[in-house]
Amino acid sequence: MTSQPMKLQPQEPGIPVPKPSGLSAPYWEGCQRGELLFLRCDTCATIALRPAGVCGNCLGRSLSWVPSSGLGRLYSWTVVWRPQHPSFKVPYAPAIVALDEGWWMMSAVVGCEPDDLSAELRLKVEFHPAGDDITLPYFRPV
Amino acid sequence: MTHPFRDVAIVGVHNTAQARQLEAHDNESINFEGALGAIADAGIAPIEIDAVIGEFAQELVLALRLGPCTRLPWRLGIPLVLEAADLIASGRANVVLIAAGGAALYRERSAVAPWARPSHELVVGYGLFTAAEFALMARRHMLVHGTTPEQLATVAATIRNNGHVNPDAVYHGRGPFTPPDILESRLVADPFHLLDCAMTSEGGCGLVLARADRAKDLPHHPVWVLGGASESYGPAYQVAPVWDMRGARSDVPAGYVGRTAAAHAFRTAGLGPDDVDVAELYDPFSFEIIRQLEAFGFCADGEGGPFVAEGHIGPGGRLPVTTDGGTMSFSHPGINAQQLQRVIRGVQQLRGECATIQVPGAEVALCSNGGSGALFTDVLLLGKERP
Repeated sequence: MTSQPMKLQPQEPGIPVPKPSGLSAPYWEGCQRGELLFLRCDTCATIALRPAGVCGNCLGRSLSWVPSSGLGRLYSWTVVWRPQHPSFKVPYAPAIVALDEGWWMMSAVVGCEPDDLSAELRLKVEFHPAGDDITLPYFRPV
Repeated sequence: MTHPFRDVAIVGVHNTAQARQLEAHDNESINFEGALGAIADAGIAPIEIDAVIGEFAQELVLALRLGPCTRLPWRLGIPLVLEAADLIASGRANVVLIAAGGAALYRERSAVAPWARPSHELVVGYGLFTAAEFALMARRHMLVHGTTPEQLATVAATIRNNGHVNPDAVYHGRGPFTPPDILESRLVADPFHLLDCAMTSEGGCGLVLARADRAKDLPHHPVWVLGGASESYGPAYQVAPVWDMRGARSDVPAGYVGRTAAAHAFRTAGLGPDDVDVAELYDPFSFEIIRQLEAFGFCADGEGGPFVAEGHIGPGGRLPVTTDGGTMSFSHPGINAQQLQRVIRGVQQLRGECATIQVPGAEVALCSNGGSGALFTDVLLLGKERP
């Protein structure tokens, strides 16, 4: 790896931001107040990986957004040096985080150098504004 | 049991000129060039075509005065070929034209190509693009199996060298490359360096499939569809590309998407991986080849890295792959054409007409599309002998 020592940072506002849908609005409202939520079936407790109105396991229609501990481990990552869009500052580290409650989410690791990233690294969520109405969850090594 | 595609032959294939930019072309015009070239290669009259598939199917029906004609305005590589085969096998068509191409889609290069930029709300804020999505799958394989950047680079060097010698490739003459050359190119999305990634280009292509009785009088030796299947684990670029994600149906993880499709294709063909002479694998990123070799059963899980390091995928190896240079060096014109181009190269291999990296006496070709980072993979088996 040829990465120079450089601390991974959250992106500044100005990047392309998520457009919440009716199904996902509670998730993004949670992020705004600094709370990471995940969507769980009230009947069978299966966790949905994408906002949905129906449980993929039992077809139950009653799902609830519940608070996550925000703690997890680094499942996989990449360090990007060629930005997706000029508004992104490199390097940045998109990562799949395996949350302690047994679900995965896409995020990015901040607060360490690219060379510090390793399998199973313990992570904790933190929040950074990405635009006027959107706050993004990031993860930092604990 | 009679083979489902016993009566289905691929009788015409064509690639237009491929280039970084094709001046004076747009998507529609390059689709038409692909279609006209395939019709000429098949040696049929347009009036014989009774089904057209592709983004510009309706425009082709009008322009070639084919109405009334089945038209499927879809664009997704191998599934189009399987649809064409089904149209003929079910008696809904006798001659099917497929056309694809891209031009003038991506000429402003300060950002990655538009089709490579996911916009879904769960990923958009993290600056993901196709290389990063596939890198997340590759990293997981490296962590679990010890796959190395050098093994990835061996794949990229092999395929780029196939393109280097191919006069029709966009990057003809750009090599030769060694694995260290790949590793010395700048990092894009670790572990992928620039030369581990597909390029972008412009170009078109087309195929003609016909009923067996029509195929026997045409200029080229027919190539037969021995089997094929298509599968997905969900929408591409909307959720984290998790190697270990599973559906309720199967224990095969998303990292091995395509394994079930390949098994189905082999079953239909009555063949196994050892019967394949050449593999025209889809190569959006170097790691995908290692993954597909394992997913399709050419080697054991975790053995894809050593398999390529031992030289098996190069010219003269046990299983030459992506012999025209693929999306890394031959062409990558957007969304559909480069996927169909895997099939076109497979046909050319079985006809024995490749000017470079022809696999001597090739009888069976496996072609693939898609990839783990996109959560879908399609597989097509082609044969020289009628099933």
